[in-house]
Amino acid sequence: MQIMAETFLNGLMLGALYAVFGLGLSLSLGVMRMINIAHGDLIVVGAYLTSVVMSAIGIGPFAALVLVVPMMFGLGWVMQILLLNRVVGRDALAPLLLTFGLSIVLQNILQELFTADTRSLQAGDLASLGFEFGGVSIGVLPLLSTAASFALLGVTHWLIGHTHFGRQARAVSDDPDTARLVGVNDRRFFAVVTGFIFSLIGMAAVLYALRTPFSPTAGPERLLYSFEAVVLGGLGNIWGTLFGGLVIGVAQLFGAKISSGLGPFFGHLVFLIALLAFPQGLFRRSAS
Amino acid sequence: MLSTEKLSAYYGMFQALFGISFFAERGEVVSLIGANGAGKSTLLRSIVGSVRVAPSDVRLDGHAVGGRSEIDQLARGIALVPEGRRLFPSLTVEENLVLAARNGRSGPWTPDRLLRELPVLKPLRSRPATALSGGQQQLVAVGRALVTNPDFLLCDEISLGLSPVAVEAVYALLATVVNEGMAIVLVEQNVRRALAKSSRYYCMLKGKIVLEGESKTADYARVSAAYFGD
Repeated sequence: MQIMAETFLNGLMLGALYAVFGLGLSLSLGVMRMINIAHGDLIVVGAYLTSVVMSAIGIGPFAALVLVVPMMFGLGWVMQILLLNRVVGRDALAPLLLTFGLSIVLQNILQELFTADTRSLQAGDLASLGFEFGGVSIGVLPLLSTAASFALLGVTHWLIGHTHFGRQARAVSDDPDTARLVGVNDRRFFAVVTGFIFSLIGMAAVLYALRTPFSPTAGPERLLYSFEAVVLGGLGNIWGTLFGGLVIGVAQLFGAKISSGLGPFFGHLVFLIALLAFPQGLFRRSAS
Repeated sequence: MLSTEKLSAYYGMFQALFGISFFAERGEVVSLIGANGAGKSTLLRSIVGSVRVAPSDVRLDGHAVGGRSEIDQLARGIALVPEGRRLFPSLTVEENLVLAARNGRSGPWTPDRLLRELPVLKPLRSRPATALSGGQQQLVAVGRALVTNPDFLLCDEISLGLSPVAVEAVYALLATVVNEGMAIVLVEQNVRRALAKSSRYYCMLKGKIVLEGESKTADYARVSAAYFGD
């Protein structure tokens, strides 16, 4: 029973992270009607970037975020202006092909720079801290990571609902032609959105790399989990994405309990069954 | 003065407008009359930059401003109320207005003032914009263009599908606007209403202007004939 509870809790914590992965994907799909196949590889890029910043300055992973987040924002902004704006808004296929190519390029650049060896980020003393709660042992780091994931989802939800940025995002998502009539410069706005998404990726990357070793080819699998979280929750719904992420996370860890190699498989299996039962996702599209 | 000079517009290979010359002065109401497919909407869309035209085709106070984006035209003071209202369903009434106001020019029209002038909208301000009645939605659509404080307000089919009471409410709002010196270009299918509400009119047929003149002295029979192309 204790083991069950522990697995469930760890699954929820992992799932919260998947939800943050999915959040960026959901935003680019919702606002720009664009699916970024390189999303997972960019998570890995964020992890390597953090690793480089940490060793260059000699600071911890969370302090490194102060530099990594603005750097990721800049990378996203530039990438949208130079590359993605050329294909966005035409048809669904062009962005898919472009970002598919980008994914291959990123994986090879990472392999060239950092070799194919796995790396991990070290959180120092924090990693070994933990406490018992009702006979269930909980690590402080996973708990912090989960709190951060919830905070990211909450802040994004608030931004979309209550700021000029969010109103522009919803307007462009509803009707890009009319959004231009009320002065939304969609190309420039997309650059800000992608910058924001990349910032989220940067933060998610650190949370991810603190719990799992990563290598240049780890991206596509992250993309898959992100997709599952988004699709399961129903497109365009932040809390749906959270729920989707939690389901996948719990399914993976229970699967891993049955046989250690089968974690991702069980995640996919639950996703497939849920998709067959609810083809629209578990939640319909809401205001967010 | 907003004018077009021998403006031609195309959708791909198809030519929709053939050498349209038209003008509107600040503070006047000009109506564009014509049947479906005459090119009225295309003319408005060409002026605001949704349809690409040559720079010299559109002039603002003599300067060539054609072919620029909607964002540039909005900054110059040319705003369009699109056909079919096209409110953002994910935004509330107030958010529709606030978004436009923030991106537009500063001036006498703010979301607050608009809600004061239109008390019927006040209790509905937090509702999704498309949850309102057709007439209320049209008021919001006009208001959304108005709060960008344009000099020239282009209105595309703003009475289409509305009840007579709702139409009067929309035109009452426009009357307030004109009194403050804004120019309005009206696209109307109802010929009598178009002539009653404007000082000058242009009658369009198959992408050309076939008749123009003072609305007060317009001969209804001649306008009707031009409308149907007899």
